[in-house]
Parts: sequence; C-alpha cells; structure tokens
Amino acid sequence: MGGFPILSAMLLVPLVAGIACFFLEAQAARLTALTATLVNLALGIMLWANYDIGGAQWQFVEQAALFAGFNYALGIDGIALMLIMLSVFLMPICILASWEAISKRVGEYMAAFLIMEVLMIGVFAAQDLFLFYIFFEAGLIPMYLIIGVWGGDNRIYASYKFFLYTLLGSVLMLIAMFWMVNEAGTSDIPTLMQYDFPAGAQTWLWLAFFASFAVKMPMWPVHTWLPDAHVQAPTAGSVILAGVLLKLGGYGFIRFSLPMFPEASAQFAWLVFALSMIAVIYTSLVALVQHDMKKLIAYSSVAHMAIVTAGLFAFNVQGLEGAMMVMLGHGLVSGALFLCVGVIYDRLHTREIDRYGGLSINMPKYALFFMLFSMASVGLPGTSNFIGEFLALAGVYKVSTLVTLVLTTGIILGAAYMLYLYRRVAFGDQKNADAAAMTDLTPREWVMLAPIAAAVLWMGVYPESFLAPMRADIAALEARMARAAPAGDSMLEIGTPRESSANAMPALEHDNAGEGAH
Amino acid sequence: MNLISSLYFSAPEIFLTISGLVLLLVAAFGGDKTARTVTILAVAALFGALVYTADLLTNPAYELGGEAWAGIYRMDGFGSFAKILIYLAAIGCLIVTPKFFTENGGHRPEYPILVLFSAVGMALMVSAVNLMTLYMGLELMSLSSYVLASFSRSDNRSVEAGLKYFVLGALASGILLYGMSLLYGFTGSTSYLGIRLALQDGLSMGATFGIVFVLAGLAFKIAAVPFHMWTPDVYEGAPTPVTAFFSTAPKVAAVAVLMRISLDTFGEQTLAWQQIVIFAALASIVVGALGAIGQTNIKRLLAYSSINNVGFILIGLAAATPSGASGMLVYLTIYVAMSLGGFVAVMMLKDAQGNQVEQISSMAGMVREKPLLAWCIFFLMLSLAGIPPLFGFYGKFVVFQAAVQADMIALAAIGIAASVIGAFYYLKVCKVIMFDDPAGEVVGDTTKSNWAVLLICSVIISPLGWILTKPLVELADRAASSLFFVI
Repeated sequence: MGGFPILSAMLLVPLVAGIACFFLEAQAARLTALTATLVNLALGIMLWANYDIGGAQWQFVEQAALFAGFNYALGIDGIALMLIMLSVFLMPICILASWEAISKRVGEYMAAFLIMEVLMIGVFAAQDLFLFYIFFEAGLIPMYLIIGVWGGDNRIYASYKFFLYTLLGSVLMLIAMFWMVNEAGTSDIPTLMQYDFPAGAQTWLWLAFFASFAVKMPMWPVHTWLPDAHVQAPTAGSVILAGVLLKLGGYGFIRFSLPMFPEASAQFAWLVFALSMIAVIYTSLVALVQHDMKKLIAYSSVAHMAIVTAGLFAFNVQGLEGAMMVMLGHGLVSGALFLCVGVIYDRLHTREIDRYGGLSINMPKYALFFMLFSMASVGLPGTSNFIGEFLALAGVYKVSTLVTLVLTTGIILGAAYMLYLYRRVAFGDQKNADAAAMTDLTPREWVMLAPIAAAVLWMGVYPESFLAPMRADIAALEARMARAAPAGDSMLEIGTPRESSANAMPALEHDNAGEGAH
Repeated sequence: MNLISSLYFSAPEIFLTISGLVLLLVAAFGGDKTARTVTILAVAALFGALVYTADLLTNPAYELGGEAWAGIYRMDGFGSFAKILIYLAAIGCLIVTPKFFTENGGHRPEYPILVLFSAVGMALMVSAVNLMTLYMGLELMSLSSYVLASFSRSDNRSVEAGLKYFVLGALASGILLYGMSLLYGFTGSTSYLGIRLALQDGLSMGATFGIVFVLAGLAFKIAAVPFHMWTPDVYEGAPTPVTAFFSTAPKVAAVAVLMRISLDTFGEQTLAWQQIVIFAALASIVVGALGAIGQTNIKRLLAYSSINNVGFILIGLAAATPSGASGMLVYLTIYVAMSLGGFVAVMMLKDAQGNQVEQISSMAGMVREKPLLAWCIFFLMLSLAGIPPLFGFYGKFVVFQAAVQADMIALAAIGIAASVIGAFYYLKVCKVIMFDDPAGEVVGDTTKSNWAVLLICSVIISPLGWILTKPLVELADRAASSLFFVI
C-alpha cells in the first residue's frame, strides 16, 4: 500500500461523516452515513487484501508523536484485522437497519453510529496503551446516547447501568496501565507484550484488567447490564453491542492479559473457568425461560462469551483460535439474530415471543433466514459457530475434561433455547391475526440479512480464510504463554511402544510372551 | 539595576494597578454609563498584562526567573503560568458580564474594576515569596471578591452570598494569619527561603502547627473538604458571571499558592503535610461527588463539581513530585476552560422572558430548542466527569499518572474509583438535557459574546484539545520545575 495511512483513513472517513451528519437533514444524514460506512467497508477490504499473511507481525504501522505522555500509534496484526473487518462489515448493515426504524433526531443518531465506528476501529488498531484506553472508554458516550435517546421504555435505567458499570470496571485498569508504563518505560503495546512484569505485580495488574474486560465481555456475575442494554437499545444498537462491543473484552484478554501477564493468567485460569462454567449453564437456563426475544438472545450472548473466555484461558492454539472464531462467528450470528428480531419488531412493535407464531406461513423467506441464524447460533456444522465452538472446546479439553463437559452441556442447552424460540416464533399456528398479516422481507431487509448469511456460511465451510491471517499471531501468543501454561488433566501417559503389534498372535513356542511382558 | 529589574519583573501587576486606578477615576467622573467602556478597557489591560507575562514565561532569557523588590516577589515560570491562567479567566468572565448585568439591572463600572484589582491581588499571591506579600495579595483578592459576590444589591441571595463569603473568608484569613505568625515565631522569618532554611534543622511542634494552620487557611480558599461549606451557598447566590469568576481565577491563585508554599517553603517537610493533602484530596472527591447527587440547582451542582475537581488537583500535590506539580497545572488549565464554559453555559439558559433558568428540571429536553447549547453542556459535563476522549480526561490522566509514579497506588486507585460516583451526577444532567421530554423552558436567546466564550471553552475541552497537550505539558513542566530547586 506504499505510504498510504489506511488505518488513519478508516478513522477519518466516519469521523468526518459523523460530524457532517450532525448538521444534516434526516434523509441526507442516512445517505451520508451509508456512504461513509460503505467507503470504510471498501477500505477494510483493501486492508485485508493488502495484509501480508506470514509477513511482519505488525502491519500498516503508523506513528505520530502528537500528544504528550503517549503516542498516536496505529498498527494491526491478524487478530485486530479480523475484528476490524467484523466492525466495518456490520456497520453499513446497522445503518440500513435504522433506515426506517429511526425517525426522530436522525442526524444525531447517524453521527453517534459513525463516531462509534471510529472508536471501535481505533480500539483494535491502537498500538499505544493510552490511546487504546481512550478509544476503549470513549465508546461509552455514543452508546449511552444511542440507548438513552432512541431506546425503549426503560432506556434511562439501561443507559445509566451500561455507563456506570463499564466505567467502574475500566478506571482501575487505567491505574494499572500507569503502573505498567512507569515500570516498563514505554506505552508501546508491542513492546509491553514482550515485557516480563514481576510475577507478584502481575497478579494485581491482571485483576485490574480483568475487572474491565470481564464487565465488557460480559462474564457472570457482572453481565447484568447486558440484557438491560440490549433490550432497551434500538435494533442497530443491539447489533453493534453484541457484534462488536462485546468483543472488546475478548480482544482485551488476548491483547493484554494473556501476553503481558502470562503467569497471572495461569494463576487465575481456574477463576475464569469457574465463571465460564457458571455462566454457560446459568445464562442458558435463564435464556430458556425468557418471554422477550431480545433478552433471550442477550443471555445467549453471555453464554457464548463464556466459551470464548474458557477457550482463551486454555493456553493452547486450539483454544485461542476457537475463541477468536467464536467471537467472529458470534458477532455475525447474534447481530443477525437481533436484526431478525428487529424485522418483526418493526412490523408489530413487540418483542413478546407469544405475540408471534406460525411466521413460516406468511413470512417464509424471513423464516428461512431466521432458521439459518438460529442453527448457526446452536453451532450446527457448516456454520461459523461450529468451527469456533469445536476448536475452543477441543482446546479446553486439553486442559480440563470437567470444564469441557460443563461447557458442552451449555451448548446442548443452547440448542434447546434456540430451537424452542424458533418453534414458538416460526412454527405452530398463526395465533395472532396481526402477526399473521405481516409481510415478508423487503428488499432493504434482504440486503441486510443476505450478506451476513453468506459470511456465516463462508466461515463455516472454509474457515481457513479467517484463520490464516491470525495463525502466526496466535502461534506467537502461544509461544509467549508456553512458560506458564498449566498442565492438562487429560494428558495420556505415553508408555514405551510395545515390541510387537497388539493383535500379533503369540508364537507357539513362547507361551508366556503376552501383553506387558516388557 | 536592581530597581529596574524589579520593575521589569513585576510590570504586569504595576500596569494593572495603574490601569485600575485610572479606570476608577473614569468611573467616578463618568458615572454608570461608562460601564461598557470601562469593561472593554479592563479587558484590554488584562490582555496587555497577559501578553507581557506570556513573554516572561516563554522567553528563554528568563527561564531561571528572578527576585524583585528585595526578595519579597519572585518572577518565575510557575508564577507566570498561573498568572496567565488568572488573566485568561478574568478576561473570559469580563467578556460575558455586561450582557448579564444590563439584563438583570445594575451594570456599573465598579464591576470590571473590582475584577481587575482582584486579578492584581491574585497575581501578587502567586508571585509572592514572602508571607506578608502573600497576605497582601490574598486580602486584595478576597476583599474584591466579597464585594463582587454581593454585586446584585437588590437580590437577597446575592447579598447573603456576599455576607457569608465575607464572614467565612475572614475566618479563613484569620486562620491563615495565625499560622503565619506561628511560622514567623518559630522560624524567625517571613520569607519563604528563610522559613525553608530554618526548617532544615527539623520541625518544631510550633512550626508544625503553623504549617497546619497555613494549609487549613489555604484549603478554605480552594474550597477543599473539610473547609468547603461556603462554596455551594456562595456559588448559588452570587450573580452567575461572578460565580464563573470565583470558580476559576481565585481557585487557580489559591491552588498555586498552596503549591508554592507546600513544595517550596515546606518542600523538605513533605511528610508533615502529605497526609493532610491526601485526606483533603480524597474527602473532596467523595464529598464533592456525593453532595452533588441531590442537587436540583445547576449552580449548586457545579459548586460541588468544583469541590470534586479540587480533590483531583490535590492528588497531584500529594505526589509531591515535579510531574505531580506539572499535572496540577495542566489540570488547572483544563479546569478553567471547563468551569468557565460550564458557568457561561448556565448564564445562557434563559426562559422566554429572558430570566435566568437555574433548575436542572427546567433544562429537560433542551436539546430540541437549543441544540448547540445543549451539546456544549453535554460535552462540558462529560469532560468534568473525565470521560475520554474529552479533554477533561487529560487532567485526570496527568495527576493520576503522577500519583502512580510517586508510588501512591492506593491513593490513585481510591481516587479514580470515587470519580465514578461523580460521573453519576454529571450523567444526570446529560440525561435531563438529552433524553427527557422537552420542558420548553429554555428558549431565550443570548449574545454573541457569551457564545464566543462558550465555544472557545468547548473547543478546548473537545477532542481537539488533545493537540494542545504538547505545548501545554512543556510549559507546565517548565513552570513546575521552578518550584523544585535545591538551595
């Protein structure tokens, strides 16, 4: 790409468009936002196309000493690339999802979304600790507005809860960052990833970072802001929340906690496993009894994120790759599920599951999409989540059979609540006349759902496209953590090979040459 | 030569004093109708002093500073930095004033003159290196402020605020003076350097009491807990432009004096005052945050917010390092922009009859009627709360970084966790103006001068402010380093 600062351009395009949207009329703002997000998608595709797989670990590096105390430093590795792709891919879809649903204060709404995009890309591309923190925290402001202004009935409570919960989680991380920068003498993330902090200090640093990422993730028991925020947010807000914002926590673990504090990560792996096990069972059971579609999907997000955390702390390649794939897959699938809810919400203005029923009769195309995404959420082979969940569980299995057993149970429960949801919404009798009168997908909704469906299938059938850019980075991370990796409980004891094959018939003249003779 | 350099170093104060006297004559002969002219001239005089001081700060020839008037006044980077902030704040407050008083009756030329003299007093305070000079400056500032607080003579609240401020301020001055006399008695000197030299041999019980009383008196002036009770009442009662002034310039001056006394005079007795400062810092953060939650008046809320912010500034002092001092100056700079912007925005809240709106509930949904004003308030509030990417975050960033570098991790952790409480009430204001159904009360128009000040402040606290960090930190570092010198 020569010297073209593509990452800065990806930050600048939505920023400029976002500021412009403030001053534009509704329709102009919609078009501006769509154009800007599409331009960013194009830039993202360029980024991916020009990413040199197997090349330098950090690519597209930009640096400018703009600020006192820290640098404006951008750069991506394969992990960040994939998450940036996820963000830019979902963004135009979010704008389309809000096309008709948002009718008041459209300019400000689009501006909030575009600023949100800037901040998300910034988080993934930042190579300076404090720059990361600024992008990470700044995301609170647009999301607070999106929930608070355009949300549902109980939006005020949800917006406060979202803001204060995540803020409280994050501030201690800032103190930990100060300590790290003071100790290591630099705020450069790649350098810090190679810096060995004293094991005693790692414990505290890890906990401070954990407080922040666990809330963002969200992990049980600090997940309670998520169902509220999801339910109250407008459809596109939920998509971006589930699709990208939840990934910030996982990204934080993979970028900071694991490489910077490997010893502490190993020390606390039991905690993460325990919380993940509780989360996956508990939230799946909670999801099973929900009457509100969005709440159900929100709880399912918590369960999926628990698989991510468990995979991350498995300390092996499968676990890490699986966690990344679950994050990407879940970003697409849960986003798509929220869109599916949004499609029928726009028609009937209720999220009550009981108000629907038999939609496959009057909305067959919609039912097809909804089924695809439900199956993907369950983790059906051929869809994106299968790859991720399988890899993550394979990784965890290397460490602990018990944890894998519990997590797999969670997946079974996941199948239960998703299929139950689908049955109640799409199958059965058309109980309600108004639900039965709803029309099938409009072209706009087609354009929203079809690309995600394609991506879900692509990721499920040929995951190599997505795994390849991350492979070297995950290998490097695994090597970095290897010294602290906990021993697994299901390691086979390798004995010496027998002299003869197992089914060899004992020779007649030696009647005592049985098994274990050696 | 000595006289010339003395004159040269203290030229801004001398110039401002003469300007004030001349303007007083103009006002006396011209009567109330000169109010506007006098305001403009006062702004011009302050601007002149500002430019001159900026030269003293940036000119490499004066980097080491210098003594003036036989060692009672010192020109150095620190004093110049604080003075620039004071002059800027005074200019900002003067620009927004005429409109306010012409609408609410009684714009008189005394107002700019009092602000001018107050600024002279503050400039003397921050440059003083002798307890007597300090006290002179402090009283000049305070007496002008008492009159300013009750400037709306017909408004009972304003008169009450002035009286309260006067009684409590006089008490604080008394405490300060008592501490000074103890210090003088036990060290035999009123000059900072003399006290510092005398304290090198160890701290006697009497001198310790002196330190405590001096710090208590100054804590009064900066409204740090537990000496903060006057703040909400005075800030609420005083006319809003005066409140804007109180929350900025005198605060800068008092914090600067506190820094100079603590880090220079008592610079080798860090252990004696550090605990006091740590307590005051944490208590201010917590009380400022909790006290604000129940407020229904936006001016009272901002008063608690200023107590809260002083707590964060004191965290930099508790670190007692050059980076802590530099962080305090950076924080002060940002704080001046936020606080001035906040009160100017409050001044611009008017109903259809042009009356001031001060109830937070009346601001409900004002984003529909006054989008730009509402967005400015929104960002100012979040900036005060210290949410990145707004520039208010940078102030917290530098002071907390300094505290961590000074190995005061527990202080930093508690302080920053308590800042989340503060975020709650700022969010409350944001929620009222952004989310609630319009109350339709804030509809009145305002003047260009108010807009100009508000927009300048808003641009500074917006993410654009980050490009200021390099020059700002460079200047603040230079200013802070002049406090840390070895005898």
